[in-house]
Amino acid sequence: MDLKEYKGVFVFVQQVDNEITNVSYELIGKGKELAEDLGTKVSAVLLGHNVKDLADKLAVRGAAEVIIVDDPALETYMTEPYTQAMHEVIEQHKPEIVLYGATAIGRDLAPRVSARVHTGLTADCTKLEIDEDTKDLKMTRPAFGGNIMATIVCSEHRPQMATVRPGVMIKADAVPDAKAKIIECRVDFDKNDKYVEIVDIAKTVASKVDIQDAKILVSGGRGVGTPENFSILQDLADALGGQLSGSRASVDSGWLDKDLQVGQTGKTVRPGVYFAIGISGAIQHLAGMEESDFIIAINKDNTAPIFNIADVGLVGDLNEIVPALTEAIKKEREANK
Amino acid sequence: MKIVVCLKQVPDTTEVKLDPVKGTLIREGVPSIMNPDDKAGLEAALRIKDENGAEVIAVSMGPAQAEDVLREAMAMGADQGILITDRAFGGADTWATSSTIAAAISKIDYDLIIAGRQAIDGDTAQVGPQIAEHLGLANISYAEDVKLEGDSIVVKRQYEDRTHTIKAKLPCLITALSELNEPRYMTPGGIFDAYREQDITVWGLKDIPVDEANIGLNGSPTRVVKSFPKSLKAAGMMIEDTVEKEVEFLMDKLKEKFVL
Repeated sequence: MDLKEYKGVFVFVQQVDNEITNVSYELIGKGKELAEDLGTKVSAVLLGHNVKDLADKLAVRGAAEVIIVDDPALETYMTEPYTQAMHEVIEQHKPEIVLYGATAIGRDLAPRVSARVHTGLTADCTKLEIDEDTKDLKMTRPAFGGNIMATIVCSEHRPQMATVRPGVMIKADAVPDAKAKIIECRVDFDKNDKYVEIVDIAKTVASKVDIQDAKILVSGGRGVGTPENFSILQDLADALGGQLSGSRASVDSGWLDKDLQVGQTGKTVRPGVYFAIGISGAIQHLAGMEESDFIIAINKDNTAPIFNIADVGLVGDLNEIVPALTEAIKKEREANK
Repeated sequence: MKIVVCLKQVPDTTEVKLDPVKGTLIREGVPSIMNPDDKAGLEAALRIKDENGAEVIAVSMGPAQAEDVLREAMAMGADQGILITDRAFGGADTWATSSTIAAAISKIDYDLIIAGRQAIDGDTAQVGPQIAEHLGLANISYAEDVKLEGDSIVVKRQYEDRTHTIKAKLPCLITALSELNEPRYMTPGGIFDAYREQDITVWGLKDIPVDEANIGLNGSPTRVVKSFPKSLKAAGMMIEDTVEKEVEFLMDKLKEKFVL
């Protein structure tokens, strides 16, 4: 393998029902930074059917080039045709880096591609940087249930591939009139034994809000105690114009929907303000919220680990503090009208 | 029908604690368990066995003590346990691990392979799809429901906001979510048989058809160059006072931050 043949940073663009998933823009933003460090450009790889209209949106967020495979075989995500398409794009264009979102699609597609291309893949990265000396991609990820961080390289195979956790990288600022170079790539989809049949598609959550987009999150944990008590957290969230979320314990107890879960096995969030209420602060939870700008912890146990990372910690009974706080906020808002 | 179930022995990462002073991992006393997603995969195989009749073959790659998860699987109802172990396999990343396991499975006359979605010590979710690729099989990841239908398997495949019901002809590979089922307990008779009566098959490098270039540390495209404890940011202010004082303090902070 001649490593020098491989040039450019590619981002797999995830679209579902022809709507681009947010993490794809985040990866274009990061990919652009990496490309600048390497003196190359970032290309978005857009797979789907009737998706050509989406190319401009990718350009606006920083893609210099959009490689499109447009085919009916790619209308709905299926492992094999998507693997064939990515494999073909990689063979034809030889990128040095390929990034995927660590989503239910990316975490299925990327390993399949890595095995077919015979290259390494680092999962669920939270940090990517170029080594100044070797120019290799340094991929950092949590391991051991979020207890330690590991930095991984793939120095003798190309492309260097990583899946990246949604919500960790930051989108580049929009450049409204930006245009990208469009490259259409043809792939022959030969139906083989690896093709499967989708017999039904069912939407599971009519998700109102994505907690990753929220500016203020009011998060509850085991200490909230009952599903009814979540109403006082909801009141606080409403008073602040924020959203409700929770720890794994509150989801496992059936108090909150899974899509509201923050943490290692839930979502990574970085809101402006994060309330951790009745959350002790297991390392798995911290992994999902420690990047929040301003963290407020309310807990009756003054030894709870959450206080180690909180900007403000209030020790006491959440059933008293939270309603009193909600009242004070309402009063303040009223006075400022 | 033969079902191969891939199992990994993992440290129970929920029991891992950090040394508060050094910030390092305290590994002592952390129990080893059967990886939860894998256990759900095993249970799914055992249910197919209960309903349709099947031979369930548990496979694990790891050091000699990984035998424990195979014994546990047999005590739950698996018919056979195969341990893939050799010093030459050590230090493998997901690529080399999957190429080793795939080579071992290729020796078995299987109809279905079930792996867990991901292991709690690595959380990569890569080895299942990669085994399927090495064996040239279809894979269906993130299974939350599994049904056998003639010579096909019908799987409810989970995504963030939807499910796809997918039908695939056997043989194929699926990866199981722990939400798939509630795994059964070992039975006393099963424990007795698994530990006293049954043997574990052990396969080393010489027993499986794999190229030495594709195993262990040397066959791994990726390499860990550094590992370090997470740096937590410095603690802020903590107050323990009356509800009124605490709320007042926080209100001031929220105003300072222009939240209000």
